[in-house]
Amino acid sequence: MDDNIKITPPELSMGQKIKKTLTHNMVTVFFIVLCIIGFYYSGLTFGFLLNDIVTRMVRNSFLVLALLLPVMAGMGLNFAIVLGAMCAQAAVIFVTHWGIVGLPGIGVTILLTTPLSMLLGYLTGLLFNKAKGQEMIGGMILGFFSNGIYQLIFLILIGAVIPFNNETLVLSSGVGLRTTIDLADGLKYAIDDFWRLPFTTAGMGFGALMLVHGIIRYIKGIPSLGHKPGNKKYILSSVTGVALAGWLYYIKGTESFINFIKVPMLTAILIGLMCVFTTYFIRTKLGQDFRTVGQDRHIADVSGIHSDKTRLTAMIMSTVFASWGHVIFLQNLGTFSTYGSHEQIGFYSVAALLIGGASVTNAKISHALLGTLLFHTLFIVSPLAGRNLFGDAQLGEYFRVFVAYGVIGVSLVMHAWRKQLENKRRLSQQ
Amino acid sequence: MDKVKVMVNRFGLPRIIIVAFLLSLLVMAVMLEIPLNNLISDALVRTGMNGILVLAMVPGILAGIGLNFGIPIGIVCGLLGGLIAIELDLYGFQALFTAVAISIPLSLVAGYFYGLLLNRVKGSEMTIATYVGFSIVSLMSIGWLVLPFTSEDMRWPIGTGLRTTITLQGRYERILNQWGSFDLFGVTIPTGLLLFMLFSCLLVWLFLRSKTGVAMIAAGDSPKFATASGINVNRMRIVGTMLSTALSAVGIVIYSQSFGFIQLYQAPMFMSFAAVAAVLIGGASIKKANIANVLIGAFLFQSLLVVSLPVANKILEDVSSLAEIARIVISNGIILYALTQIGGGE
Repeated sequence: MDDNIKITPPELSMGQKIKKTLTHNMVTVFFIVLCIIGFYYSGLTFGFLLNDIVTRMVRNSFLVLALLLPVMAGMGLNFAIVLGAMCAQAAVIFVTHWGIVGLPGIGVTILLTTPLSMLLGYLTGLLFNKAKGQEMIGGMILGFFSNGIYQLIFLILIGAVIPFNNETLVLSSGVGLRTTIDLADGLKYAIDDFWRLPFTTAGMGFGALMLVHGIIRYIKGIPSLGHKPGNKKYILSSVTGVALAGWLYYIKGTESFINFIKVPMLTAILIGLMCVFTTYFIRTKLGQDFRTVGQDRHIADVSGIHSDKTRLTAMIMSTVFASWGHVIFLQNLGTFSTYGSHEQIGFYSVAALLIGGASVTNAKISHALLGTLLFHTLFIVSPLAGRNLFGDAQLGEYFRVFVAYGVIGVSLVMHAWRKQLENKRRLSQQ
Repeated sequence: MDKVKVMVNRFGLPRIIIVAFLLSLLVMAVMLEIPLNNLISDALVRTGMNGILVLAMVPGILAGIGLNFGIPIGIVCGLLGGLIAIELDLYGFQALFTAVAISIPLSLVAGYFYGLLLNRVKGSEMTIATYVGFSIVSLMSIGWLVLPFTSEDMRWPIGTGLRTTITLQGRYERILNQWGSFDLFGVTIPTGLLLFMLFSCLLVWLFLRSKTGVAMIAAGDSPKFATASGINVNRMRIVGTMLSTALSAVGIVIYSQSFGFIQLYQAPMFMSFAAVAAVLIGGASIKKANIANVLIGAFLFQSLLVVSLPVANKILEDVSSLAEIARIVISNGIILYALTQIGGGE
């Protein structure tokens, strides 16, 4: 497939272009290398890795996509998506209690979680408007804080104050939920199992889509963004699509493990719809308001955009999307820890987004998807690689945690530093 | 009525709620016939145990770096000091003071570089500090696995690396707590521990009145004004960060000796949050803090934790987590409140 993608660059020489791409995407490149090394030493077969990646991509992508809107509105990385996750979890718990299964269960879950997460998103927005400039640390602390409230409700009040009669969910004392909740007889795979296709078929379909999309865009361009027809980028994406389809067609004829991988299509389509929504949302009036507020609040206020209100909208949307994302996450996982599943959601999603090449002020769909891919590849390979390299799986695990925290730390530092330098430059120019 | 309003505003509604909550807990403890003298003893020990970690917040706040969520940097230096003291096979006060003596230079160096970093990220110190802290804790988790310590007391009997908790029994466990301790109306006073904490507070208090200290406070209070009067603001911020880091290193050594164990790996991850919450409960803000805030805050916060546990257990017999939940809500609630008071709302 490598032979197919080579395209001669138009202006810059190949060397210059590679250098530019590498320096601009240092974090991502570093992680790609890390993933390749980790994969090599993990001793996994490619088919097995791919299977895990497909599962984890489907599970996590939606949550990472939920982070995009607040970045656009200049509120940084929204660590408070934990609140959305909590809403989803609360809804899932009640739906499991009522015994509604399958897609109807998911429907009821969404009906419950949407208004709840709108409310919490609104409150989060109010808090952030009071603590401008400290949204990220505020979001983190808010996550911890609301986890306390969540525990209060589900560990103390359930059974004691809130009537909740269910032997499988509630602790033997009759108060508080058990620490893990099994969705096996309820919502597990409710969305995923709706329609599964072999990876090869789904991949070939996706390749065909890329080809068609590439051709249409090459001919027509995107007028609303000022992209002229004839953009070379779209030739590349068409060729990649063909290459992908061709490779999978070849795989289909072999005995490879890849033939046994299945893709939950409905979930994948939902993730796709979210991407399409985000793309088109940027071009709406509200989307443009987000951008203006993100670039400069004062200019936005002067030009008649109510910046506080716009920020509130961004938070509400992000929280609602996060809650939907967490519903997808939970139904795929099938069992979850009642008091822990949501806690790490914010941190993992943010790390994934940053690894994909996003920054505090600039995050795209491609960053979200690529980052999820890389972060979770590292997730799969690092304990195994750690064990094979150092004889200790724990070492690989600690390394992965360090890398995840480190990448958030480093990208925050780089962003703040750059901002400071810009301010200095602006001051000296005046 | 207006006077009451001004009082409430100055003291802060969350603080009033917390104090009222503590008082009601105490009343409940009396009604439930929980022996108060034990509770007070515990509260005193835990105040002394956490006091220096809380004290570490003061130089950070005053130097203008905000709430120093990055104290895990100092904490790992302190842990390293404690481990080296065991590795050298020391006992008693010799071990304790060796641990302190080793951890101070280590943490000063670490604090210097950390200060350099914070100078480049003005305005986002707190978020970055949190993640720098997390990163250091997970980096040192690898460190605890691979560092070449040989003492049998610290390594796993089989497998690699150091134990998750290393007992200090027979070495310097509770050595400060017991020094000169006496009973007063059934309350055990951990004299050595409290004296050490007060002595540290005194040192910081003296520093804040020295020429450098005053310059540091000026730099934190109003950087522009300080620059105009010839103070090197960036240097002062580094001084504050170094001091804060060093205090947290000493703090964890004292904490460990009182706790009786050195806790490695993920344990230091969230220690900064407790320290931050305590100083805020004591009346500090993101811009202002003093020694009284530390003492009051450490005592109030720790008393709350000490009293809430037995009270919660008596009320709800099967549910022991109520006290833990109260801790989470209170400590994070007060931090959130402080964040909204910076004036970011314009």
